[in-house]
Amino acid sequence: MRVVGNFFKARETGILLALVLVVVVATVKNPSFLFSPDGFRDLLLTPSILLLLAVGQAIVIITRNVDLSVGSILGLTAYLTGRLFIDVPGIPIPLVFLASIAFGAALGLINGALVAFAKVPALVITLGTLYAYRGINVLWTGSDRINSSDMPKDFLALGTSSFLYIPLLTIIALIVLVIAGWFLYTQRAGRELYAIGSDPAAANLYGLKVTQRVLVAFIVSGALAGLAGVLYAARYGTVNSQAGVNLELQAVGAAVIGGVAIFGGSGTVWGAAVGAFLLVTINRALPIIGVQDFWQRAVVGVLIIGAIVLDRVLALRQARKLMEMRDDS
Amino acid sequence: MTTQAPVARTYRDYGQPLWRRLLISRASAVIGALLIVIVVSSFSVKAFAKPITMTYLFLDIAPILLIALPMTLIIITGEIDLSVASVVGLSSVTLGVLHQGGMPIEGAAVVALIVGLLCGALNGFLITIVGLPSLAVTIGTLALYRGLAVGLLGTTAVTEFTEFWTDLAKSKIGDTAIPSVVILIVVLAIVFAILLHFTPFGRGVYAIGLSPEAARFSGVRVERTKFILFLLSGVISALAGIYYTLRFGSARGDNATGLELSVIAAVLLGGVSIFGGRGNLPGVLAGALLIGTLASALRLANVTSDVINVITGTLLIASVVGTSFLAWLRTRRARPGGVPRESLASAKS
Repeated sequence: MRVVGNFFKARETGILLALVLVVVVATVKNPSFLFSPDGFRDLLLTPSILLLLAVGQAIVIITRNVDLSVGSILGLTAYLTGRLFIDVPGIPIPLVFLASIAFGAALGLINGALVAFAKVPALVITLGTLYAYRGINVLWTGSDRINSSDMPKDFLALGTSSFLYIPLLTIIALIVLVIAGWFLYTQRAGRELYAIGSDPAAANLYGLKVTQRVLVAFIVSGALAGLAGVLYAARYGTVNSQAGVNLELQAVGAAVIGGVAIFGGSGTVWGAAVGAFLLVTINRALPIIGVQDFWQRAVVGVLIIGAIVLDRVLALRQARKLMEMRDDS
Repeated sequence: MTTQAPVARTYRDYGQPLWRRLLISRASAVIGALLIVIVVSSFSVKAFAKPITMTYLFLDIAPILLIALPMTLIIITGEIDLSVASVVGLSSVTLGVLHQGGMPIEGAAVVALIVGLLCGALNGFLITIVGLPSLAVTIGTLALYRGLAVGLLGTTAVTEFTEFWTDLAKSKIGDTAIPSVVILIVVLAIVFAILLHFTPFGRGVYAIGLSPEAARFSGVRVERTKFILFLLSGVISALAGIYYTLRFGSARGDNATGLELSVIAAVLLGGVSIFGGRGNLPGVLAGALLIGTLASALRLANVTSDVINVITGTLLIASVVGTSFLAWLRTRRARPGGVPRESLASAKS
């Protein structure tokens, strides 16, 4: 019973209901949105890449930081993926995954080291690396473009094939989500991330390894963006120097919509994942409902603002309830 | 947005003579860097020393310079406005759509400015009255305003503008190579500099950035000040949008996408602390000019425009990391004596 009660009280439930509502409305308008093999597949497949970025972003935001460079990291690792297939013929696919994830983690390490050691706000640092990584990407790529013919068929199949009707990409994203969720919810290091985000100074005085944990959070975010880069290459088959541009704001948006407080210390990766699903699904549902797809970004903006206003209202109500409890006792 | 305890603020050491204080300030460091870049590129880059370089330099960075003015004040209060480039886009589209509908440019421009004012008002309302963090709010309105702009025009563009106005946007002052828009920038820069550095309102802006609570207790109207700043940011961004539209003779939904990052980079490079409470306008103007000059020097030297992004990013990081490294050095130097310089100075007084 408690689990059921908690489910209905959880912040994530509202977003989940909104997601279900969007899917239902779109399906009523056009049944093939859900009840066709392609529709069902796209519903699960399209949000997968953003989901990975949103999970990484949530972990970083929980520590009261932000990682604006994820879109640029995705672009770099997506190009690296294609480059490896071209320059090293016959390279095993798992090795490509490892290389790109490691590259993403290294870029995340740069962010983390600058934030944790130089004690400069993450917003500034990752704004800088957003530029710098994208610039390096454009320098490296130039007007070059990786085409699907450059990559092995087995790899591209990853982006389209399914297992038990569930796309492989979605399965990968969900596995990452479950591991991250489990880690943050049960593990000591995961809980420490929340403590650091709630009050960095207190966490430091308490003896938590603040610097180390923040560093790791950025490395994880970078590594997940690296993984997202490989999957991007597999899913779309073409990579140019503009891959992943502006994705960082969507990732932050997904996390915020999912109830991850922008000032750290609260929220879950589940929420961020549902937020990513909601963002992408709304974008796909709008044309079906009859709204021109040009208006998608406006809707996203309204969603983000609605979500933070909702969080504020809930927080005020919670504070009042706690005050009443104190007065009663 | 930091994970460490707020760094102990170091105040400028007033025990030192004025010339030394001015010389070691952040603003003068950026101005120095700007001068070095200008001198070095005049000698090493062909065609850099020509007047036309300066014309295009100012035409290109005018929107950044304009928006950097209110952004400086906002960041000094410890807030941020990420939605400015979207306001540029929305005002550009407003101007285009209304002009296409038969409204003269003057009227359409006034409406565009009002749209900018409303955008700023919505930001200000959510941040000061609802009490939401500005970072989250303006990420939301960044998407919202851009979405409205793209929604209104779709993928089409309005390119029919009265020649008089498009010429005016590109015109120069008399026979000089200085574009007329510089007059606008100089006037607004003087207004903002007076507002920030010589009025009670401006002192309030600094006070809010150092400690909102202390500011409130000493009589600064914190909410009202911030609200006004977001209104200013909306209007100036709309003004930049009008200029942008006329200069390129094209109103598009995706005009000036990503400009907010360049503006914030210029402000932070100019020595404004992202924690609030520190920074000044001369430094910011020099920071924006530094980025613009480097970009145009590199472009003339046939370096692809993409390197400029790397340089902007690296400059931004280097400037903040450098500041923090210097602060760390200073505390280390102070440690052996046991008493930091700051407390010595305060003990004297």
